[in-house]
Amino acid sequence: MNATLRTQSKLTRGDVLAWIARYAGVIAENRQWLTDLDAAIGDGDHGANMDRGFQAVLAKLPALAEADIGAIFKAVGMTLLSTVGGASGPLYGTFFLQAAQPLAGKTELELNDWIAAVEMGVNGIIKRGRAEVGEKTMVDTLAPALAALKAAAQAGMGWKPAAQRAADAAHQGALSTVPLVARKGRASYLGERSAGHQDPGATSAFLLFDSLAQVVNDADTPAAPRSAHAA
Amino acid sequence: MKKLINQPDQVVSESLQGFAAAYPDLVRAHFDPTYIARADAPVKGKVGVLSGGGSGHEPMHGGFVGPGMLDAACPGAVFTSPTPDQMLEATRAIDGGAGVLHIVKNYTGDIMNFEMAAELARAEGIEVESVVIQDDVAVKDSLYTAGRRGVGATVLAEKLCGAAAEQRRPLAEVAAVCRRVADGARSMGMALTSCAVPHVGRPTFDLPEDEMEIGIGIHGEPGRARMKLRSADEIVEMLMAPVLEDLPFQRGDRVLLFVNGMGGTPLIELYIVYRKAREIAERHGLIVARNLVGPYITSLEMAGCSITLLKLDDDLLNLWDAPVKTAGLRWGC
Repeated sequence: MNATLRTQSKLTRGDVLAWIARYAGVIAENRQWLTDLDAAIGDGDHGANMDRGFQAVLAKLPALAEADIGAIFKAVGMTLLSTVGGASGPLYGTFFLQAAQPLAGKTELELNDWIAAVEMGVNGIIKRGRAEVGEKTMVDTLAPALAALKAAAQAGMGWKPAAQRAADAAHQGALSTVPLVARKGRASYLGERSAGHQDPGATSAFLLFDSLAQVVNDADTPAAPRSAHAA
Repeated sequence: MKKLINQPDQVVSESLQGFAAAYPDLVRAHFDPTYIARADAPVKGKVGVLSGGGSGHEPMHGGFVGPGMLDAACPGAVFTSPTPDQMLEATRAIDGGAGVLHIVKNYTGDIMNFEMAAELARAEGIEVESVVIQDDVAVKDSLYTAGRRGVGATVLAEKLCGAAAEQRRPLAEVAAVCRRVADGARSMGMALTSCAVPHVGRPTFDLPEDEMEIGIGIHGEPGRARMKLRSADEIVEMLMAPVLEDLPFQRGDRVLLFVNGMGGTPLIELYIVYRKAREIAERHGLIVARNLVGPYITSLEMAGCSITLLKLDDDLLNLWDAPVKTAGLRWGC
């Protein structure tokens, strides 16, 4: 077997906590960018709202060190629901709460567990937001990321290439929103004027998958104890 | 922009503390999660009426909590929807056993957060009905947008539903009153200047000194057109035309004419607007049976106004005249 494809087969609870902490750090770093994207076609609070929510999540992570992954996802979802507000709160909250269901009781994840979780989460978002691909929303990022994960699993790939392909597909998905005319949310009030701008929700959703790919890449170096805080 | 604040992230909580201290006979402020409830909530056997939304529109919604109007209001961060845990806690606090009506303005965030709160409350056995207010004719209502925004009609719905609940009408009937208001009201707003969200610190949009935005939303969302400033009478014509065109007003109808200040426009100017709006309504054969003039659903310090017309029937007239005792609206008590 090609050595570069020899990747770990499971994501540990520690990896999951590291991913969430990494994402909180990435959101904090990109707070202004997300806010600027939102200011162009929305109300300019996406960065602030997401940062407020994930800082609250970050504060809860130490207490979740011994929790199963389903419980971690549920706690993240509930925290986002009560702290983010706007449209992002219920959407990201729904993603984590729905994704928590197939992860209940698990302390490590096979790639297929993750696919089941992402599928539940994405379906939850689609139902809550009544959005489809092509309406300039986070669904434009999430749907291709999910498809990439499934394709990677079918091709027999391990976590590392699968996570990277999902992140790449998410990136393309976020970029695909630029020419689109918004049909959901505050951006839809702009009609044609919303074209030419990248959707902030699609962008923060891309960062979610990108953070996971980063953590999975780091995980190739075994035995190094990771702090729960983003590097 | 200059603001009379301490810390941007303390604006909502400090304002709420002051509000509760100013009206101890009417309201209690609850924190973590944040909501404002009637001092005597829950009122046994009465439908609870709840609304909420982002802060920055004062006196809406907290200023409308009290006998004859809202039982509770959930304030979010400035211009950001409140969260389901606030709404659930407020719903529990005001359920007097007859169920709770959620009056929701049509914004994506508000819709989703209230929807989740209603699901959680129903799971606990509390009967909840939700009615969405979407009266802003500036927005094209189509499958391709989030739909019309909820603006001035929200104030009227809160008053009328509060009165219906006070008469001990059952939940289905209070919700029916709300739907009648939602169906029979149309609004249009305009801005002379931008607002500035405290934690952003700069104007939400740039509007040159000699220009105005017609069809503005209450969060500074863009409207239908930006143009050179005109006279008050010309502006009122521009606001009234799409409202009158858009259903459901016919000659001989009785209406409530609501001229709302956006926060930065003084009453002296709002009365100039009301004078012309009333003249136009009467020219169209409408009978202006009731009116409301003042800053009731504001957009921080934005200068500008909105005009709402609500078609009245005998029942709505009586509900409008019923006593109300809140910080923002008060009569007959």
